[in-house]
Amino acid sequence: MLERLRKNTFRHGVHPPEMKDDTAELAIRQFPFAPVLIVPLSQHLGKPAKPVVREGQEVIRGQTIAEPDGFMSVAMHAPASGIVRRIMLAPGIAGTKVESIYIEPYPGSTQEINDGEPCTLEATPDEIITAIQDAGIVGLGGAAFPTHVKLKPPEGKRLDTLFINGVECEPYLTTDYRVMLEQTADVFMGIRYLLRATGTSEAIIAIEANKQDAAQKFLDTCPDDLPVEVRVSPVKYPQGAEKMIFSALLGREVPSGGLPADINAICCNVATTAEIGRLLPRGRGIQERVITIAGPGVEKKGNYRIPIGTPVRFALEQCAPVDDISRVFMGGPMMGPTVSNLDIPITKGTSGITAFTTAETGGSTGRKKVYPCIHCARCVEACPMFLNPSQLGILAKNEEYERMAESWHLMDCFECGACAYVCPSHIPLVQYFRMAKKMVRKRSAA
Amino acid sequence: MGRLSKYLEIGSSPHVTDGASTDVIMRNVFFALLPVTVFAVYAFGAGAALVIVVATVSCVLTEHWLCRWTRKPSTVGDWSVAITGLLYGLTLPPDLPLWMVFMGGVFGVAVAKFLFGGLGMNAFNPALVARAFLQAAFPQAMTHWQAPFAEGRFEHIPSSVLAMPFWEPTYDAVTMATPLALMKFEAQFAGGRELMAGLTSGSVGETCGVLILLGGIYLVARNMMNWRIPASNFATVAAVTWVFQLYDPATYPGPVFMLFSGGLMLGAVFMATDMVASPITNAGCWLYGVLIGVLVVVIRFWGGMPEGVMYAILLANAVSPHIDNLIQPRVFGTGRGAG
Repeated sequence: MLERLRKNTFRHGVHPPEMKDDTAELAIRQFPFAPVLIVPLSQHLGKPAKPVVREGQEVIRGQTIAEPDGFMSVAMHAPASGIVRRIMLAPGIAGTKVESIYIEPYPGSTQEINDGEPCTLEATPDEIITAIQDAGIVGLGGAAFPTHVKLKPPEGKRLDTLFINGVECEPYLTTDYRVMLEQTADVFMGIRYLLRATGTSEAIIAIEANKQDAAQKFLDTCPDDLPVEVRVSPVKYPQGAEKMIFSALLGREVPSGGLPADINAICCNVATTAEIGRLLPRGRGIQERVITIAGPGVEKKGNYRIPIGTPVRFALEQCAPVDDISRVFMGGPMMGPTVSNLDIPITKGTSGITAFTTAETGGSTGRKKVYPCIHCARCVEACPMFLNPSQLGILAKNEEYERMAESWHLMDCFECGACAYVCPSHIPLVQYFRMAKKMVRKRSAA
Repeated sequence: MGRLSKYLEIGSSPHVTDGASTDVIMRNVFFALLPVTVFAVYAFGAGAALVIVVATVSCVLTEHWLCRWTRKPSTVGDWSVAITGLLYGLTLPPDLPLWMVFMGGVFGVAVAKFLFGGLGMNAFNPALVARAFLQAAFPQAMTHWQAPFAEGRFEHIPSSVLAMPFWEPTYDAVTMATPLALMKFEAQFAGGRELMAGLTSGSVGETCGVLILLGGIYLVARNMMNWRIPASNFATVAAVTWVFQLYDPATYPGPVFMLFSGGLMLGAVFMATDMVASPITNAGCWLYGVLIGVLVVVIRFWGGMPEGVMYAILLANAVSPHIDNLIQPRVFGTGRGAG
């Protein structure tokens, strides 16, 4: 355990090519408004927000258009000044339809935003937590878990360590990296709010060794009165999973089925932290976020500050898609869900859009042949949760879903994809596990 | 500006892989056996070459036929049956009648591989099952050892090799007792250098320990073999042997003799490491290697036959699923293993 702490990393994991060079040095640029923006009321885990605007109503950029419906919910803000055209079901990334607000921005709609009621550092922890909820802030790393919920540990739990996650271990993605370089002051301001809200006394910024200059920037510009430590881990996937960060830097494992609060830790994505530091002092809400648009399928790769609700089709068309583009997914190639419908919007949880061509996917003819499992144990050596993906895969094929959950800890899998990445038989393990989990949840609910 | 009009494909993450492929792994194992194969033909001549070719062809054809017969796509393209065939050939005596070679190959692949469900499902190493079948059916032919480096071995095919099916083979090659037979029945121990360089008699591919080790090192370097199995096996055999040698050096040979004689090298490096029939965890592999090591020493020292590697590995194959039941990785955040 001591050995591992000194190495700043977790056990197992894989080393996919980082592929970050194309966009790492490109500064964040503002993205134009699409002709229509689609703001889903449920972009986060938890209850959908309640709309507070009508169809046909005029909205101003930054205005609250939906309010949180209970504690497990956050607010939504107008990404542009314009008219609410429709409030109806729109396709989402999961293939299901979600209630969404369609906003048609005015031609020449300004990027300016009016400030609201600020939340200062003098506010009480509860006031800060409410302000974060009202600002619509969720985990921007991809999970989109409402941030304010995390900040309030369950009764009887105390938080002692705050981690700021700047690991960004997914290939291709460089949004967190750019945010760390360009919004360093916002990150520090966000840390002040988080320390006050959680009652923790120190923040640890976790970074991978391929982002040394971000680490250096933090060290160089850190205010003297701010208790911040920067820890650099060797590059390994999935280092950015919060369970891996706790195990690598704190030597504590989140219990199976438990919460980070069970080990008195909390982890907040660095872009989320920067948004807290940027928005709260001005009383604003999230109406845009930074994403990386990259991959061989687009020519104008880059890091963009993009309005929430921008359709993927519009985003890609601005970035010069190549002719033989064949697969588009949200986020990076290890965990990103495929986009089956280009008219779905970019949401708060979208950290990037990656586009592959037929050269990467093999197209319809070059798909990799699936062989039987040969028990080579590469997946067992890769799984950061120390599961046995080989055995789980065999059980999934036999549809023994309950056994997978009860005896083989299926529910501890967080679908990082390390197993399928190394599988020489090209067995779609993650797909099997996702399916199995769905069946287990369905049957236990029935 | 490009328009997105074409259809996009969908698929589960991850969208990238590290490029490893089962057929490539299998092909590499096959290639790692080629130096041993070349040496075997050089040492034992034309008869051995025929034995190896017939062994490989019989296994590949059997799998192909069975796939065709059951109306499944042929699986010989994954190269695993080619390894089985070549390994099987390398475990046979150099002047074994070809009809026996053929029969064993058909039996091994049909019973030990195909009936179990093909690649990934075989509980036992099919090459060893084929050999065990011949050992049980034709014990005399399976213990007839041609001397290596005989005069005219490339021009002359031993008459036993071409014997008619089910006729008593006639032997005309020069014979020579194997080092293990000499140990067992005469208490003579061959020297280490002689064993490592492959100057003794024995099965076609088992004599040259150095080339076998080189093949294994190549596979380990390419992450295509779990080195823990041969390592724990060698360590166990060496340690147990050393203790007995200390006790009675006249009866018991030393560790070097035990490691490099008979089929131990070939078995430990290329057969015990069959991924399908060995445990999946590293801890399980250590235990599995130790088990094979102990069984080899026990059979060699106190069994009725001089050699025990084949049965040791087959027994360990049978235990392997139970080792997997016993040893699983400790699941993150639980302190316990799964299963």
